Amino acid sequence: MLIHLAWKNIWRNKARSLVVAGSVMVGLWVGAFTMAYVFGMIDQRLKDAVENEVSHLQFHHPQFEDDNEARYYIAEGPDVLESLREDPRFKAVSARAVTFGMAGSAQTSTGGKFVGMDPSSEDQLTGLKGKLTQGEYFQSDSRNKVIISERLAEKLKVKLRSKIVLTFQDTTGNIVAGAFRIIGLYQTYNSGYDDIHIFLKAQDLWGLLGTAGQYQEIAALLHDPQQLESMMEEMPPQYPQVKIESWKEIAPELGLMVDSFDQYMVIFLIIILLALSFGIINTMLMAVLERVREIGMLMAIGMNRIRIFFMIALETIYLVLIASPVGLLLAYLTITHLGEVGMDLSGLYQEGYAAYGFKSFIYPKLETIYYWRILVMVAVTAVLASIYPALTAIRLNPVSAIRKI
Amino acid sequence: MEEKKPIILTKNLTKVYDTGAVPVKAVNSVSLEVFKGEFTALVGPSGSGKTTLLNLIGGLDHPTSGQVLVNQVDISKMKKSALIDFRLQNIGFVFQAYNLIPVLTAKENIEFVMLLQKRSKGEREQRVRELLNEVDLLDKMNDRPAQLSGGQQQRVAVARALASKPAFILADEPTANLDSKTAGNLLDLMARLNHEENITFIFSTHDQRVIDRAHRIITLVDGAVAEDQLVAQPVDHS
Repeated sequence: MLIHLAWKNIWRNKARSLVVAGSVMVGLWVGAFTMAYVFGMIDQRLKDAVENEVSHLQFHHPQFEDDNEARYYIAEGPDVLESLREDPRFKAVSARAVTFGMAGSAQTSTGGKFVGMDPSSEDQLTGLKGKLTQGEYFQSDSRNKVIISERLAEKLKVKLRSKIVLTFQDTTGNIVAGAFRIIGLYQTYNSGYDDIHIFLKAQDLWGLLGTAGQYQEIAALLHDPQQLESMMEEMPPQYPQVKIESWKEIAPELGLMVDSFDQYMVIFLIIILLALSFGIINTMLMAVLERVREIGMLMAIGMNRIRIFFMIALETIYLVLIASPVGLLLAYLTITHLGEVGMDLSGLYQEGYAAYGFKSFIYPKLETIYYWRILVMVAVTAVLASIYPALTAIRLNPVSAIRKI
Repeated sequence: MEEKKPIILTKNLTKVYDTGAVPVKAVNSVSLEVFKGEFTALVGPSGSGKTTLLNLIGGLDHPTSGQVLVNQVDISKMKKSALIDFRLQNIGFVFQAYNLIPVLTAKENIEFVMLLQKRSKGEREQRVRELLNEVDLLDKMNDRPAQLSGGQQQRVAVARALASKPAFILADEPTANLDSKTAGNLLDLMARLNHEENITFIFSTHDQRVIDRAHRIITLVDGAVAEDQLVAQPVDHS
């Protein structure tokens, strides 16, 4: 009976009910889509960061990351490298001679991270070759050549084939320098990364560092990222001389970003639902106040307060629950479509996104669990929003309510 | 011979409204007995306390002092929730403005009270048909209130009041919104129900047509009974 009456009641004022249902629908659509947009952005950032920058695992001398000095190279680095390459769980492994110093052109200089590597392994690991926008990748016979980013080239005011000088400390603490010709310019979606990374062949860097055949860093990519945690438990005893870190430890800001955005999105959704709930309360309150006499009559003829409470609560819940599946369906369709074709925002925010390491081409994605979460939150909102109008209804006095004109 | 017991008994019933600077005695020490089958009109000028008395008898309002007994049950001290249930089972209401539920059909409006009483579907269906037949609206059973005339709506309201098989029906100015002919038809209906089915009616009214049909006329002045006049004996169905 209550179900039937409540359903009929919400269609008394079709326009008003449709406006409320519409606002809930649009609110959920926008809310779910925004979540998908942000999660898509984060997912890509994470994928890019792991596949192009930090990899799943990195191996260092235990003190290297504290001091960033080349003398802290990995003990028995070539053996570790060989052993990792034989492990079938790794998709790609690259060993790097790494140091930090100044990169200078004829006009200016800036700090940088110099990565000496094996071009073939590095390309397998980070796809560096594919990121070239100008010039060419390292050839087997090329010597004293570097690849820098377009941003760095602009900063140093140099062009392709210009020369730059890299200055840094060798393993004995002496300042050494070498001139290198730029053979390629690359660009990633992370301007922070582009600003400091300078790639050269490991042999060229070894020559200056005086650490022939030694690596300061080994980075590895897994076939299955799900294995990361078990490997983080399994590997340290096998390589006691090495500090092994996962991407979450190397780039804690990425892990924090994933966790915090998950919470931000819940807060964001709560704000949307809170705004909607005020609209719902307002509408239902109007619906109650318009029917004061009728509610008084219902009380007079014997409808108890619990039934009246549930009737008003049901009306509110109906309004919200009619709109929710439609809003979520629209969100699902939009997310699915744009998740396949992508959203190109390069014309609008490319530089802004790049400053934070994000691509401006975004593939929104939202896992099924979030749709359920949203539905649960909407249901809770509907129930909470129904309380005040329902309480207002049951507080009416039948005598004065019936007399109301 | 067994003594006949009133279905409504009020003892020194008083209602004071204390809303302004001066308390207003809307009902002033009213003691009444109403018996089964009466067709009673409460009359008096505006503000004489007719509706307040009706509300007190109907358990819609609590008295300041005094008692209301319906079938020997004192309802004057009942809690609100218990009163709602008591009204559902014992009292039928007909309001001046019909007060039907606009989204329900005539049939559903009548059935609604029985749904509140949790009667079975079969019983509800049968009773609704009987009542619609009684008020001559079988052909309008699926019409909503907006599709019915004022008189038809008030007949549905009478059927709704009868649906719960109440001890009596309280009707507050039931003909006030009706034209003369429609009011006459409605009064015919209520008189017939009173005569044939021994339904007890208590009206508050200004309408001379109602007063002319009443068996008993209770005149209120300033909340007190000024005159209680028996103009005809109720039909004895016993």
